Amino acid sequence: MPRVSVWILRVALIYLGVGFTFGAYMLANKGLNFDPGAWRLLFPHMELLLVGWTTQLIVGVAFWIMPRFSGSEKYGKVRLVWVSHALLNAGILTVVAGGWIGSNELILAGRAAELLAAVLFAIYIAPRVKPLGGQAAAQADQTE
Amino acid sequence: MPRLTRYFIKAALVYFVLGLLVGVLLVAGSVIPVPPQVATLFPVYLHLLVVGWITQLIAGVAYWMFPKYSKESPRGNERLSWGVFILLNVGLVLRIIAEPLVSGQPGGVMGWLLAVSAVCQLLAGWGFVFNIWTRVKER
Repeated sequence: MPRVSVWILRVALIYLGVGFTFGAYMLANKGLNFDPGAWRLLFPHMELLLVGWTTQLIVGVAFWIMPRFSGSEKYGKVRLVWVSHALLNAGILTVVAGGWIGSNELILAGRAAELLAAVLFAIYIAPRVKPLGGQAAAQADQTE
Repeated sequence: MPRLTRYFIKAALVYFVLGLLVGVLLVAGSVIPVPPQVATLFPVYLHLLVVGWITQLIAGVAYWMFPKYSKESPRGNERLSWGVFILLNVGLVLRIIAEPLVSGQPGGVMGWLLAVSAVCQLLAGWGFVFNIWTRVKER
């Protein structure tokens, strides 16, 4: 597994744990009603699990298993993925903070960062969506 | 494919079908008469799909495909992995039973069942994180 995927997947796992913790707190509160403010966690819970965990897991696994290039830089423009990773996580944390304090401006800024991260990742991964190995893959490399 | 992965994936498929069935029930009220309690199933519908189906499918496939922990124990702590599977499913089933019944009226047996469900799913989530963490590695 390449180092980039290790980073992305471990960050995703942290979001999974924290997202489950928020969800469990709200679910227990729904049963026992010990904290009237528990529902403030709903928005961060959804953001952490849908974008932080599920989306980031897909990104990390895609970087790992998609067909590589045949040249010396077999993973291509890896810097794009690091920038995308940083932007996505800055976006997630900003959206979570915005949801927590009820600031639409922060949520908007976070979503914009996530959008930019998605565009960068799409630009990076598109050339790796190609035939796996052999002559067809080498030809696909040359046409990129 | 390891036995636990087969369990995870087959259980995920059951939740997938159940989730879509509840999804049909939720909108059926506009065409045929359904009990008003069906409307309380919306959170159950969401979690059947995102926890029962998607998360469980991911857990099963990750257990199977992620890099091996070691030669001696390639899939990490297997007992913990089985614990994750059992806790996740017990937690989810308790939620399916208790959440519609507790809706708007916290406390009582159903309220406590919901709290137990929350603890089961919390332990399952962190158990999965701890176990798979060591298998997310370069070699």
